[in-house]
Amino acid sequence: MEIILSILLIFMIIGAIYALFAKDLLSALISCGIVGYGLVICFLLLRAPDLAIVQVVVETITLIIMVAVVLDSTREDLKERIMIREKESSYINTKYVFNVLTVLVLALFFLFFFNQAIDKLEPFGTHTTRMAEAYIENGARVTGSANLVTGVVFDFRGYDTLGEATILFTAVVGILAILRLRGKT
Amino acid sequence: MIVYILCFILFLVGLFGVLTSRNIIKIIIGLTFLEISINLFLVLIGYVEGGQIPILVKGSENLHFVDPLPQALVLTSIVIGLSTNAMLLAVAIRIYKKFKTFDIRKIRSLKG
Repeated sequence: MEIILSILLIFMIIGAIYALFAKDLLSALISCGIVGYGLVICFLLLRAPDLAIVQVVVETITLIIMVAVVLDSTREDLKERIMIREKESSYINTKYVFNVLTVLVLALFFLFFFNQAIDKLEPFGTHTTRMAEAYIENGARVTGSANLVTGVVFDFRGYDTLGEATILFTAVVGILAILRLRGKT
Repeated sequence: MIVYILCFILFLVGLFGVLTSRNIIKIIIGLTFLEISINLFLVLIGYVEGGQIPILVKGSENLHFVDPLPQALVLTSIVIGLSTNAMLLAVAIRIYKKFKTFDIRKIRSLKG
């Protein structure tokens, strides 16, 4: 199991790196799709079918929105980038080195905390479900739902779902406010 | 253990994308990678070797399941990630309409 997941994850990492270095924005988006749909297969292997279904829907919607945003602008952007690279290459290089240094410092910072967290965690696959013991034993009897994940989402942690609905509503209101054609200017 | 490390590498790739790319769309893609790696990490923690899908069927009383709690919370997190992405893309559309570019170096009037 761990080997299959590792192969999938390496595939996803390669897709992610290609997405960040692709010249064309459309091909970057397609490689972003590699990562998203690889995650779907990972969820299926990890025995999480609900998550896999949700991730398929979410990834498809995100890709469609992104392609709709990019489609009419990608070519001009490509030309401009090449022109700028020829014009002010020295300026770009110093900025780029600074950015990469920032990434390295942050990576070391995160590596420190990752190292500390990985000591506390059990090795992969030997997790004890001590937090979820009550959910597993009483979930079907208390909530009447055969699917334990649904029981947790809509019953035991119902307030979380309420907050999620609030965030979705706020996001829709925000998008409508941003995309409104004429503002008060 | 190695899957945790690979997950962390995916996180670092996303971080690199957010901090070094100059195209707004690529920054949003990098944020997506960050979110995906965190979600996958949480589900990986809850996996039990030989565990079953947490759905009760007849005759499954004595089996042991994978942890349903991280799955439930990641379900919430995925949907929140979608709404955040849509919001960022709306901002990107507005920026493109105003400045005719996705390049963050050319958006001079955003300087503080």
